[in-house]
Amino acid sequence: MSHILTLTTFAPLVGALAILILRAVAGKSGEQAAGRSALWIALGTTVATFALSVIMLAQFDAKSAGFQFVEDARWFSMIHYAMGVDGISVLFVVLTTFLMPICILASWSSIRQRLVEYLIAFLVLETLMIGVFTAMDIVLFYAFFEFGLIPMFLIIGVWGGKNRVYAAYKFFLYTLLGSVLMLAAILSMATIAGTTSIPALMQYHFAPHLQILFWLAFFASFAVKMPMWPVHTWLPDAHVEAPTAGSVILAGVLLKMGGYGFLRFSLPMFPYASTYFTPLVFALSAIAIVYTSLVAFRQTDMKKLIAYSSVAHMGFVTMGVFSGNLEGIQGAVFQMLSHGVISGALFLCVGVVYDRMHTREIAFYGGLADRMPWYAATFLLFTMGNVGLPGISGFVGEIMTMTGVYGSTSAAGTWTALVSASGVILSAMYALTLYRRVMYGAITNPKLMTITDLDVREVVIFTPLIIGALALGIYPHMALSFTEASVANLVSVWRAGVGG
Amino acid sequence: MSVEPTLLITVFGPLVGAMLAGLFGRRLGDRLSMGITTGLLFLSCALAWSTFCTFWGGHGHPQTFEVLPFINIGDFKSAWSVRLDTLSAVMLIVVTTVSALVHLYSWGYMADDPSKPRFFAYLSLFTFAMLMLVTAADFMQLFFGWEGVGLASYLLIGFWFKKDTASAAAIKAFVVNRVGDFGFALGIMTIYWMFHTIRFSELFPLIASRAGTNWTFLGQSWSALDLAGFLLFIGAMGKSAQFFLHTWLPDAMEGPTPVSALIHAATMVTAGVYMVCLLSPLYEHAPVARAIITVIGAVTALFAATVGLAQNDIKRVIAYSTCSQLGYMFFAAGVGAYQAAMFHLFTHAFFKALLFLGAGSVIHGMHHEQDMRKMGAIWKALPITYAVMMIGTIAITGLGIPGVEWGFAGFFSKDTILGAAYAAGADHAPFGYFAFCIGIFAAGLTAYYSWRLIFMTFNGTAKWGEAAHHDNHAVHAHGDDHVHDDHAHDDHGHHGAHTPHESPIVMLIPLFVLSLGAIAAGFVFAPAFVGAHREAFWQGAIFVGQHNEVLEKIESLPRWVSLAPLVMSVAGSLIAIYFYLLHEGLAKRIADRKGPLWTFLYNKWFFDELYNATFVKGSKALGDLFWKVGDQKIIDGLGPNGIAWLASFAGRQLGKAQTGYVYHYAFVMLLGVAGLLSYALWAWAH
Repeated sequence: MSHILTLTTFAPLVGALAILILRAVAGKSGEQAAGRSALWIALGTTVATFALSVIMLAQFDAKSAGFQFVEDARWFSMIHYAMGVDGISVLFVVLTTFLMPICILASWSSIRQRLVEYLIAFLVLETLMIGVFTAMDIVLFYAFFEFGLIPMFLIIGVWGGKNRVYAAYKFFLYTLLGSVLMLAAILSMATIAGTTSIPALMQYHFAPHLQILFWLAFFASFAVKMPMWPVHTWLPDAHVEAPTAGSVILAGVLLKMGGYGFLRFSLPMFPYASTYFTPLVFALSAIAIVYTSLVAFRQTDMKKLIAYSSVAHMGFVTMGVFSGNLEGIQGAVFQMLSHGVISGALFLCVGVVYDRMHTREIAFYGGLADRMPWYAATFLLFTMGNVGLPGISGFVGEIMTMTGVYGSTSAAGTWTALVSASGVILSAMYALTLYRRVMYGAITNPKLMTITDLDVREVVIFTPLIIGALALGIYPHMALSFTEASVANLVSVWRAGVGG
Repeated sequence: MSVEPTLLITVFGPLVGAMLAGLFGRRLGDRLSMGITTGLLFLSCALAWSTFCTFWGGHGHPQTFEVLPFINIGDFKSAWSVRLDTLSAVMLIVVTTVSALVHLYSWGYMADDPSKPRFFAYLSLFTFAMLMLVTAADFMQLFFGWEGVGLASYLLIGFWFKKDTASAAAIKAFVVNRVGDFGFALGIMTIYWMFHTIRFSELFPLIASRAGTNWTFLGQSWSALDLAGFLLFIGAMGKSAQFFLHTWLPDAMEGPTPVSALIHAATMVTAGVYMVCLLSPLYEHAPVARAIITVIGAVTALFAATVGLAQNDIKRVIAYSTCSQLGYMFFAAGVGAYQAAMFHLFTHAFFKALLFLGAGSVIHGMHHEQDMRKMGAIWKALPITYAVMMIGTIAITGLGIPGVEWGFAGFFSKDTILGAAYAAGADHAPFGYFAFCIGIFAAGLTAYYSWRLIFMTFNGTAKWGEAAHHDNHAVHAHGDDHVHDDHAHDDHGHHGAHTPHESPIVMLIPLFVLSLGAIAAGFVFAPAFVGAHREAFWQGAIFVGQHNEVLEKIESLPRWVSLAPLVMSVAGSLIAIYFYLLHEGLAKRIADRKGPLWTFLYNKWFFDELYNATFVKGSKALGDLFWKVGDQKIIDGLGPNGIAWLASFAGRQLGKAQTGYVYHYAFVMLLGVAGLLSYALWAWAH
């Protein structure tokens, strides 16, 4: 029995512990020095975790739809410490570990206060996020899922901007309301099915009326996480207030937990309810795409604009998940991975100029392309990725989810495909307008006359993201081949659900 | 040398050039970056011609090389590939020839620009994307090329990004093209779910089986193939600037002139025509879609020609001329004469690139002046440019001798199109006569505005320099918002006095080569493209249905049909001579009266104003509404802020437990609500 999952999941926690010890040893006087060393420890830990997850990926058998690297030990009552990954979750683990070193590097000089605590929060968060994707017991999953709220709440609330308290509470209130309902559903499911094992629950057939009930409870939680329209308004506030690295994790990983939840629970455990509610999800997704794209178009704050664009992009995910066919679900998974890279990179792009000028007001900038050619090229690449240009990863997810929805058995399919396709026009409008206002034109603001291009650290941060976005865009097969077997499995469950 | 490496170098050579110049341009220096990109392009061009010649000689073998899988989901299978057949071979030479010449030309035209590596990198990147487009073996790579050329076009229109009008035009081009791509994407999805494949080689044999069947889309039942054909055509309308989606093309003239010649005349804008011809197996079974194509094409041909009559910016006149000629190509395809459409695409590439580069030479020689009202009488200063522009103009007006079968390039291709339209009309094809009549009329307009451009620019009295200084101010005073300075950098100092001058030799060589094409491309290639050898030439790359005999019937048309375009052209030319040579100033006096017709044409049928008032203003207003009312008032107001307010209200009523934070109340309250809901859920489940 391989312990690589446990190792990968808890490696960051070990790093956090090491920092804690270091901090205690250094005492009050050595705070500054401790912070420096803590940065290196955090970086080393996250890189090592990434390496572990890559080893895991290399050993993963992509042909099998089942869970792999399974570890199972009875915890208490019917609850097990059960870990395992299938083709879908293994990629989310890698996405998480991939983004983490980037986040640490992004915080290298921008966090001045309580650096040690900040790094600990991030490392703990990493463990909890990986746990969400590897847990095979529904209670264990819930624990990881909920505890993940706390470090994120702190990251926004402590290291955030001016309005951080409002944003943190908004974030907390929304997510909490959803999760309490989910907890109730989990407890009900456990008593009815007599198990908390996720694979076992996937096999269990809940009665249709129960499925409807549980589906709604889970939906409340995942829809807030995604976030779907109309429970999306916490996200722009959270993003605006969060430090850059916080935004990267929020957009890159935390939002994906909603989509992952739909795939792991809603679809396989409540197939009847999932098909029943497909028109609802389609409608909300289509509204999200058009509505938030138009709102993004009017934003004056760079981060808010990208946050709204995130909501629109998550609309593609939700509709793809509920298309119920291979094309749509594969597209949805891919869209999540791609969005993790692209939106993370976009928030980092904002961070670059924010670190220099301490404002995210679009109107403050203009003409940066002249003084920052490498930054302009990088920003352009990710802007185009956001717009869904073929050859960059964003395209594959968008076209495949739309294709999937078009071919959905739901009568609303083609309408949803039509409306979401118009999102492709709108994304070009807001993304290119942002790019134009920040990059093009002549520099008129005297404060920008001396702004400098990307430094070495920033080049190191962006290089893996650029490679990721292009590699996934040109050869998406490398990710799709991992998920295919597991997604095909979901599709057959769905078909059975439609039939019964 | 076997075909595969040749093809790979042809297609990927420009990409290598683009990456070297783009990423290492500063390290390599200007000359090396320009040398590498231009050299690779000429290599690519030579290889493309060698490939084409095997097809022209009838020895070519259609084949496809797969390089790497792209998207592979279920039946949705696509691969990065290079598809070679007559159709792609024709496009290969058009693209690489014009691109190589434009690269060379830019050595002179962009000599004073500080970011030459960037410019050449973009040019090569564009070429690569265009080559990917024309060699695609499935819809995904086609779409990649489609959007890739859109990106390159965006970058090149906005090349002088410090200029506000340039960056605005760049966005406009991208977004309007996206409107087309919206339809295109839906078309691809329709094809996929109809046939469960997106590969051309698998798709084409299946199409006939769907003829006459229906397809449900948006809850309605449609004729399956017509629906697919129409949706895909929306994409073509965007890329090829057809009526309704044409507004970006004139604005795209903000880009440097070599770009206009390459992208917005010879290659990218013809991608829509290419796609319709490529999908001839589909369109042959989609009569309604074809009727729509015919009408849109014909209307565009007329519309753009009328607008071209009244424009004063030399590049905009040519831009509208391009738009109009694209309309010809589309209605040719619409009436079933795909070969004629491709032939016109081919000849048009030469004479239109020639006209644009000639205009570039004028602009260069006139120190970045583009307003024809400030030119005149420069033929003595730019004699070579004058001569080649004349050749281009004769070619576009389609001058030739019917019966003897001798004439300039446009004569062959345009007459074939008009003949085909008439033949289709005689064959009861919908809108055949309609397209024919409009085509004849627009041919007269084409001759008029083309000669008008030559006369205003080169002949008449000089309106530049010291003598005409006051006139210029007068023009400015009229508040003409279409006068643009074609440069962002300040390079006037190099030229000293403002006297027109002929362009350097690197700019003239491409003009000579293109002149050769504008003269000879017609009679040399007509037999292969649309004449007796066409079946051996096309080798099935263009599918022609059993009942489609438009090209056969051209031979037996009434005499007047082949004479009509010539008569109209000559008439248009004579009117231009009358207005601009014999009675110079007459046209200006008419324009100054600002009559309703002139105003309508001058303002381009008010399309920009209409779109601004509806789509642009509309999306801004909706965005504000959703944001400030939807999100802030309704969702936040009823949601978190509402709960917070309610909680603080309750807190004040109770007067206890005041921690000062409204959110603490909200938190507790929400917990209560959540608890209640949970209990209800629990109770109901059991």
